[in-house]
Amino acid sequence: MTNEDMIKGKCWKFGNNINTDEIIPARYLNTTDTKELASHCMEDADPNFMKKTKAGDIIVAGDNFGCGSSREHAPIAIKAAGISCVIAKSFARIFFRNAINIGLPIFECPGAAEQIQEGDEVEVTLMNGEILNHTSKKRFKFEPFPQEMQEIIQAGGLMNFVKKKMAAV
Amino acid sequence: MGMTITEKIIAAHSGLKEAHPGQFVYANVDICLGNDITAPIAIEEFEKTGIKKVFDSEKIVLVPDHFTPNKDIKSAQQSKSLRVFAEKHHLKHYFEIGRMGIEHALLPEKGIVAPGDLVIGADSHTCTYGALGAFSTGVGSTDLAACFATGKVWLRVPESIKFVFHGKVKNWTSGKDLILYTIGKIGVDGALYKSMEFTGSAINHLPMDDRFAMCNMAIEAGAKSGIISPDKNTEDYIKGRVKKKSVMYQSDPDAHYTKTYEFNAEEISPQIALPSLPENTKPVEEVSGIKIDQVVIGSCTNGRISDLQIAAKILKGKKVHPSIRLIVIPATQEIYKQALQDGLIEIFIDAEAVVSTPTCGPCLGGHMGILAEGERALSTTNRNFVGRMGHPKSEIYLCSPAVAAASAITGKITPPDQILRN
Repeated sequence: MTNEDMIKGKCWKFGNNINTDEIIPARYLNTTDTKELASHCMEDADPNFMKKTKAGDIIVAGDNFGCGSSREHAPIAIKAAGISCVIAKSFARIFFRNAINIGLPIFECPGAAEQIQEGDEVEVTLMNGEILNHTSKKRFKFEPFPQEMQEIIQAGGLMNFVKKKMAAV
Repeated sequence: MGMTITEKIIAAHSGLKEAHPGQFVYANVDICLGNDITAPIAIEEFEKTGIKKVFDSEKIVLVPDHFTPNKDIKSAQQSKSLRVFAEKHHLKHYFEIGRMGIEHALLPEKGIVAPGDLVIGADSHTCTYGALGAFSTGVGSTDLAACFATGKVWLRVPESIKFVFHGKVKNWTSGKDLILYTIGKIGVDGALYKSMEFTGSAINHLPMDDRFAMCNMAIEAGAKSGIISPDKNTEDYIKGRVKKKSVMYQSDPDAHYTKTYEFNAEEISPQIALPSLPENTKPVEEVSGIKIDQVVIGSCTNGRISDLQIAAKILKGKKVHPSIRLIVIPATQEIYKQALQDGLIEIFIDAEAVVSTPTCGPCLGGHMGILAEGERALSTTNRNFVGRMGHPKSEIYLCSPAVAAASAITGKITPPDQILRN
């Protein structure tokens, strides 16, 4: 993900406190295979999620998205499922850092998360910090990440960032 | 302005004199931890970098505890990846089954975490070690992989919330009840990104096992960490366990807190968290009579020796209700052995309970007690999310070991006082 990026997709709405057990139930955590994890993405929140979504779609949720376990399998499953980004009122903190670390774009924007309806076509422009709802024609602003996190994102995730830093020493 | 214990520990580990909320730091890590679910991804990520050596073979802890003893071939493969990595990098702290325990009971017991330490773990309940006066937080697998390489973690210094518990806990009320009550008051995101500092006379009197249970569930309020200032109790606990240097940090009197909550511990009775969030709490008296199918006593929250002692005290000479399956899981081998020596295991078996080797198993719906559709569990674990212990249409009620034991006897949610006066 870079600052120039633009994300566009159809939105799927979820409520508050969507936890990692709903995003990827523990019964599937005996693998690290991203395709297999993706096939169960959001299964206990919406069993039909993978049947009805297509690559590029967007998850929109309420407060505390990704609460619960530290399992990185949760953002991995979402990313591997082809979901282009998650917009929420707020994120649980381990999910938040996992998403930054693996390069799953996430945006904290209470106004957008509140007003976007399921099925809306939405566009996120990172450079402007703006979410445009093409269906309702409404625009929302979000705060960019702090500089230090931007560096991790720009590097393409934490491991690339670490490699770069270690090579520089 | 003064600093909180959390700010002091982070500053000391980041080469800073002072650390304040919002500040971004790369902190040096004393201990980093992974398990059989999270470490395989960390190991893959670390190997991909081509870096040959881990930062310190004595500061990485690997505990296969979630799906162990391995529940299926895939789980066995995951555990094997930990074993191979531990051998390759000569890790000092790799715990094979037979020597292991549930990680957050095991690390304090083995003296691996000391007061004043900065600990990260690829497990959300890593916040448990705050009970020792350490800064300790859950991270993901990639954070762990980066730490394998660098010994560091990126952190934003959290704001702190102070929770003052006045008085003393009474009757059957435990640390578990104090934390369930707190989560009920502030909600599952009530401490999002923040550190929860527990203090007051009730905490001063609280045994270490109860303090572990409290800090363990800080994550259930969304917190980055939970912490209790180390005191005489802490010193007694670490004596003979911790061999390295420890630092007993205390918060300054003029430290800044974004909020302070004051509770009277004497008014808090045993709590139940109803499905399907830990914030849905009610005093046990208000929900007594709800019929249950399975009771679990164990986990990183409540599988310690005093938890088993309380359960045994209530179950002694009694039988588990015919419609109930009671599963008791001592959290570590040492706890198991002590429970055996003290006759607790005999009490459980005579009561017709299952006693298992240490494992996280049922808590996360892994194995060793999965729920069928429509079944209802009462559990001393930490999460009651939809489908957490099995079928998405099963239900979980959370409680303390005393309530779990009393309810196992009657077959329905029961205040422990109705079985035995404490």
